[in-house]
Amino acid sequence: MILVLVETDATGAIEVSRETLTFARELGQRAGAPVQAVCIGALPDGARTGLLTQLGAQGISLVYRPDDERLNDYAAAAWAAALLDVAETTAASALLAAGTPRGNEVLAHAAARLDVAMAANVVRVDAPAPFVVTRQVVGGAAWEEMQLPDRVAVLSVAGHACDAQAAPAPVEAEIVACTPKITDHDLVARVARVEGSVAGDAGALTSARVVVGAGRGAGGPDGFADLLELTQLLGGALGVSRVVTSLGWRPHAEQVGQTGSRIAPDLYVACGISGAIQHWAGCQSAKTILAVNTDADAPMVTKAHYAVIGDLHEVVPAINAELRRRLGR
Amino acid sequence: MVNVLVCIKRVPDVSGEVLLTEDEMSVDARHVGFTVSPHEECAVELATQLAQSSGGTATVLTLGPSESIEQLRSALAVGCSDGVLIHAEADRYGPVDVARAIADVVRARADAGIDYGLILLGNDAADTGDFQVPIRLAYALDRPVVTGISTLELDGAGVSARADGPDGAEIFDLPLPAVVAVMEGGVSPRYPSIPGRMKAKKAPVETVSPAREPRGSGRARLKLPPRRPSTVEVLGTGPDAAPAVVDLLLELGVVPS
Repeated sequence: MILVLVETDATGAIEVSRETLTFARELGQRAGAPVQAVCIGALPDGARTGLLTQLGAQGISLVYRPDDERLNDYAAAAWAAALLDVAETTAASALLAAGTPRGNEVLAHAAARLDVAMAANVVRVDAPAPFVVTRQVVGGAAWEEMQLPDRVAVLSVAGHACDAQAAPAPVEAEIVACTPKITDHDLVARVARVEGSVAGDAGALTSARVVVGAGRGAGGPDGFADLLELTQLLGGALGVSRVVTSLGWRPHAEQVGQTGSRIAPDLYVACGISGAIQHWAGCQSAKTILAVNTDADAPMVTKAHYAVIGDLHEVVPAINAELRRRLGR
Repeated sequence: MVNVLVCIKRVPDVSGEVLLTEDEMSVDARHVGFTVSPHEECAVELATQLAQSSGGTATVLTLGPSESIEQLRSALAVGCSDGVLIHAEADRYGPVDVARAIADVVRARADAGIDYGLILLGNDAADTGDFQVPIRLAYALDRPVVTGISTLELDGAGVSARADGPDGAEIFDLPLPAVVAVMEGGVSPRYPSIPGRMKAKKAPVETVSPAREPRGSGRARLKLPPRRPSTVEVLGTGPDAAPAVVDLLLELGVVPS
């Protein structure tokens, strides 16, 4: 049995969790093991319906729901305890989750409890028995081939290592309620309360279809007006490089990169950004990248799909004016 | 009073292309030098702030080769009072091994009368990206742990920690002793002053050897991801490129109607 810990939002499984389900199915086919899902925490009706539809489309018939209201508020140790109860019941040979902050955290707790190795941000399984995986290191700038010799293989799957795909034969998915064994000890580190983000809205950045990025080329804290206008015209979000937040030009919540948000928009417009590893780690999953840069040899330009060679302070206002003209504004 | 232990890691300071050593087991850092992760710079800053405000001390620890003293001195120059170097070949140490080695130091210090109420680490190492050492350390010491923390305040006998979650800022209230993994973004690391650097040179650093053999990291080899040839299409130069850019935006369907 291969178990996938699925994370949900208001509509069902989040995209990277759906990718992980597809990743697990391919692994399951090679290893001759069935795939089932585990979903922990609050699950409103809309999310429940969406989740069952998505799982069914992926050919996954069962989702285990540890039934304990103490799990509604996120507590990594308790979630791991609940996941391991399901793993024991189903005699799971592998535990997977998306390589999100929560996915990595819950799996690390599970691996520590089992005293087994864990591989974070796996892009490929090279061999399923015993497990050999390839995973991202150095922010994705290098890959590591890693052995996972333990009986239960614990691995998180890097975002966009594969596309979420429907199974050839959809099934009807159903929820299996189970009673987890959770101690008070597991609940010591839990979310006590949630407050509105003060520094900005990182959620809007990671879910935006279009992100307009800005780097050192913005020139200073006053250099963002045109970029913000373009962001607004495209209904997108502003993302910045680490240089920009380190210099205090913009808040850290807007940072895209290895130590900021990882984004995967349909379009990333990278303006005045050289494309160092730190930044590329956060934006490499964008479907299309348009770079605006004075340096035609900058890594961001050579790795982009499209580029404009020029100063963002001249190019971006011209794009804004052309957009307004065509939109009749 | 809370004594804080902050754990850092010497990592290659790669910003452009990664080069591998000949045996493909390490990143070749000969031309780039070494640093610590931004997460850890913030952890050091938080450690010194919390130690100062509570009247305790901030000790900085690393596991690595003798050259890691450079990274320890950097932390000593910005407010840590003493250092511990666990002298070991870091590449042979997986997250389990690193956590056990740190736990051994924490226990040895406790036996010597120095209790660390708070242990801070970076959220994930810039090179290996395992996301595990803080959690495995917490299990080794039987302490609560939270990760992804941007700010931290001492609160009576405990600590209040803030992380950015999917729905806003998540607040965790933990009793001490605890382990906290810090993310960049909540505090600005200070720059070392000249007196700070002078003090760092004289600050005590204890070198210890790990008590046990490592299990290993499972690394078989490193490789470079498949490199895509550049297929960039240059739409134009300067503001004259604007019409071609807008054509592209419309073609991609990203312009709201």
